[in-house]
Amino acid sequence: MENNTVNFENVFNDKIGKNEYIEPKDWMPEKYRKTLIRQISQHAHSEVIGMQPEGNWITRAPSLRRKAILLAKIQDEGGHGLYLYSACETLGISREELIRQLHTGAAKYSSIFNYPALNWADIGAIGWLVDGAAIVNQVSLQRTSYGPYSRAMVRICKEESFHQRQGYELLLELCRGSKEQKAMAQDAMNRWWWPSLMMFGPHDADSAHSADSIKWKIKRETNDELRQKFIDKTVAQAEFLGLTIPDPDLKWNEARGHYDFGKIDWEEFNNVIKGNGPCNKQRLEHHVKVHNENAWVREAANAYAAKKAKAAKGALVA
Amino acid sequence: MSNNSNAALLEFVLRLGDNNLILGHRLSEWCSNGPFLEEDIALSNIALDYLGQTRILYTYAGTLEGGKTEDFYAYERFEHEFTNALITELPNGDYAHSIARQLYYSVFADLLLTELMKSKDATLSGYAAKAIKETAYHLRHATDWTLRLGDGTEESHQRMQKAIDDLFMYTGDMFATTEKEKSLVAAGIAPDVPALKAAWTKKVESVLKEATLTMPDAATWQMQGSRTNRHTEHIGYIIAEMQYVTRAYPGNKW
Repeated sequence: MENNTVNFENVFNDKIGKNEYIEPKDWMPEKYRKTLIRQISQHAHSEVIGMQPEGNWITRAPSLRRKAILLAKIQDEGGHGLYLYSACETLGISREELIRQLHTGAAKYSSIFNYPALNWADIGAIGWLVDGAAIVNQVSLQRTSYGPYSRAMVRICKEESFHQRQGYELLLELCRGSKEQKAMAQDAMNRWWWPSLMMFGPHDADSAHSADSIKWKIKRETNDELRQKFIDKTVAQAEFLGLTIPDPDLKWNEARGHYDFGKIDWEEFNNVIKGNGPCNKQRLEHHVKVHNENAWVREAANAYAAKKAKAAKGALVA
Repeated sequence: MSNNSNAALLEFVLRLGDNNLILGHRLSEWCSNGPFLEEDIALSNIALDYLGQTRILYTYAGTLEGGKTEDFYAYERFEHEFTNALITELPNGDYAHSIARQLYYSVFADLLLTELMKSKDATLSGYAAKAIKETAYHLRHATDWTLRLGDGTEESHQRMQKAIDDLFMYTGDMFATTEKEKSLVAAGIAPDVPALKAAWTKKVESVLKEATLTMPDAATWQMQGSRTNRHTEHIGYIIAEMQYVTRAYPGNKW
């Protein structure tokens, strides 16, 4: 007689092998769950922390149209944070715990938001380069093996491509404008290019989490593959704007069919990750401060909901 | 249309537009400062509604003045030329203060827009029909939060009562009118704004009562000034911030 005991791990591996989604109630290896929580929460926190550098320009946006676009975009980012927190909660962790991990430093967010948004063109550069880099990664993640994460990514990608276009269009206006406007755009390009390349993470050989993530199809392409894709599609866009990419080693390699590019400053990358970026303290302290200062609002909402629930129950009993 | 009635209409349209711009500016300051993510999004959303309404109104003002752009009104006027109600320019304060302002203003806007939908001016009645749908949501949001904070915890109750009391002296100014505006009322173009006060008081009173809060004394002295170019000090900082880029780099397109 055959053994009727189901081997959960085999079922899981079988699904991964067949490119089927893993759903919240399915058995999954503990490390798969942990890896997902780490990655999805980092993604959620990035959306939320990213609201700070962009929000910094809402009140100074130089036209009503741009102000409306920026507000709508930041609202979308908040919405992405919400889908992602929800996707993460399906893995058995609460939002409260996720935020606690952000505040203690146990959970990370994308290092890119530890750089400051200094001039108006930065809003364009964040849309074009930062969201552009994020899209390359997120398009790939639409095929991630965890169902709720994949579905969140499909929704997010639609909105992110609008974000990227608005950023590019903002820069195009500046690049076709006055000398000062063009200088503003170039300055933004100079500051955001390298950090955008770093967004894809360390080289594959140095990436601590990559192997398992690829095996389990959480990640579908490696850091280096995604980074190359981003560079290849962005160079022509920069040329069209008339902006110079701040990399003297950047050149088309006919044999590879890709752009070669210069050495990434991993020392800077590692320092920003460790907390030494220009805005690490500012971003996190702001989140903690706002969260703590408004604790009374959340307590009030809970107390009110509890009162109403009790009253409704009382009415039902009576 | 005669020059006089055109000037009156322009003044009225700008009053509505300025209220929306300045309150939207204040609400947008809550972005990444909200008590939790859902509220951050809700407040940005309301700010965006106000901004959308501003653009409709400024665009209309531009046609009345023969070709000025929406951005002219936001970026090229000086602070004393803005005619927003004083309550819209006050700093946000704590969450209770922002909610109290949203309650006071949303009840006002809802009543105003209900009347404005009957305007003989098709642009204004069309604007009101669109805007009232948004305002109904703003009013629900403000009402829900007034109830939660008023009838939540001891601390939230105290904060909400303080906010309601602190802001009450600025509410009368929302109803201020001008001689020009009165001529529009007679022509069926603008609603009789001061006449909305009774219905406003009744509605606010009923929400506060349900929220276990006390309505401030009707005899409270009321600050005035928005129709006579007497702002609070706060407007200067709002305008300086809003216009910084366009004033630093004049004559550019953005």
